[in-house]
Amino acid sequence: MSTLAHIENLRVAFRTDEGSLREVVRGVSFTLGREKLGIVGESGSGKSITGRSLLGVLPPYAQMTADRLTFGNIDLLRASPKLRRSLRGGRMGMILQDPKFSLNPVMRIGEQIVEAIRIGDRRIGGRLARQRALQTLEAVHIREPERVARLYPHELSGGMGQRVMIAMMVVREPDLLIADEPTSALDVTVRTQVLSILDELVTRRGMGLIFISHDLNLVAKFCDRVLVMYAGAIVETLEASRLREAKHPYTQGLLSCLPTINGSLDPLPVLKREGSWAEPVR
Amino acid sequence: MIEVRDLTVRFGPSTAVRHVSFSVAAGESFGLVGESGSGKSTILRTIMGLHPGWSGTISVNGLSPEKTPRRELARVVQMVFQDPYASLHPRYAIGHQIAEPMRINGIADAGARTAEMLDLVGLSTSFQFRYPHELSGGQRQRVAIARALALSPRILLLDEPTSALDVSIQAEILNLLNRLRREMNLTFVIVSHDLAVVSYMCERLMVMQNAEAVETLTRAQLRAGEITSSYTRALVGAA
Repeated sequence: MSTLAHIENLRVAFRTDEGSLREVVRGVSFTLGREKLGIVGESGSGKSITGRSLLGVLPPYAQMTADRLTFGNIDLLRASPKLRRSLRGGRMGMILQDPKFSLNPVMRIGEQIVEAIRIGDRRIGGRLARQRALQTLEAVHIREPERVARLYPHELSGGMGQRVMIAMMVVREPDLLIADEPTSALDVTVRTQVLSILDELVTRRGMGLIFISHDLNLVAKFCDRVLVMYAGAIVETLEASRLREAKHPYTQGLLSCLPTINGSLDPLPVLKREGSWAEPVR
Repeated sequence: MIEVRDLTVRFGPSTAVRHVSFSVAAGESFGLVGESGSGKSTILRTIMGLHPGWSGTISVNGLSPEKTPRRELARVVQMVFQDPYASLHPRYAIGHQIAEPMRINGIADAGARTAEMLDLVGLSTSFQFRYPHELSGGQRQRVAIARALALSPRILLLDEPTSALDVSIQAEILNLLNRLRREMNLTFVIVSHDLAVVSYMCERLMVMQNAEAVETLTRAQLRAGEITSSYTRALVGAA
């Protein structure tokens, strides 16, 4: 398995109102191959900020340090803003939770995808770009691509919007895709479709996928490997299929507080947080 | 406690709920399951009297939502919404928000009762001086529940009460709701897209698809797999 991204001792801090620094990512290290890597944790655990650091889209006031942050053979810590910008949307893509906020509301779907294609390669002619946009819409299982391409984002359902987002990202065939809660806003049946599209991209195109989610069951089913984050640090790394055998009390707690269709009707176990989980790393 | 017969709700040309009937007994917890747009939230909002254009009959503890004055209806049935960020007023202190329904209904001693309500949902009384932005999602949902219970209603309509919360917080809120239902002998109608939550919380459930009721099951039937519709089966499979 070739390594696609390598992160060592990533730290991200924000300045608080009082002027002190608050670390929200505290020494995260992992490597990503051409695989489906899940990052799970509660809101505020630093999972989204970790993804954004790799992509280089942290807010300017965030203070980021790392011992190593590489993508392929590019050192992202030394890369010029211009190089990083050219990576985004090209070799790296990101899908966010809510397509309503990620698509341009006053531009037709087809035009937005064509724009994404032509930003990547200005030599592609308009007609060819439109053709490729339609093909990509078809690839994400949109039934009438010609009709949908003429629609505006508000005319799409949530599931269609999310598939359009995926189409925009994959049309450039990125090596790395970061999906931040890509299916949380979707119904279960649409979710299955979206996941199978992502899966296809990983297997067929050899893409690396970072799948950020708070849904443990989903990650266990869908991903190859899972990082569990708590208070800005990785507390445990597991094979997804062996999530049930988690050792860390936080992971165990998260799993046991979920109700199940056939589970006991007794009060649900509640997560009892230990101060030691958030101790400084190393 | 709740009787809904042949309910149809229309928004202009589209029909959000089509010929739906169900009843909920006193003290029962009833679940409405289905995908977004299937009409489950619309049913709750119609029971609350928040939608005008509907046909059929609705009876809430013997009251009809269209003929009952709002204040009277509010003392019988209250609603808790999915997003506690959106359902609390951002610039009112927590205590003020919980006391508001009591003030509107002219209940004496709203202040003391507000402290009581906070205690009931597991928050310390000092929370009454805080504002929503100072609270976590779980704490905000507790406040929304306290406000809904301020008028001592008999029925709570809960619209996806935990889907905006982390799983660890979801467990706390579900435990709280179950305790309150037992202690106050409340009747629940819970809308959720999560069958596991409904199976845990509700004795009976109705599955909805495209504005129509697909089937009604008891918890035992759901758990034993005694399901007749293929749609419900698909939902169970995807859960």
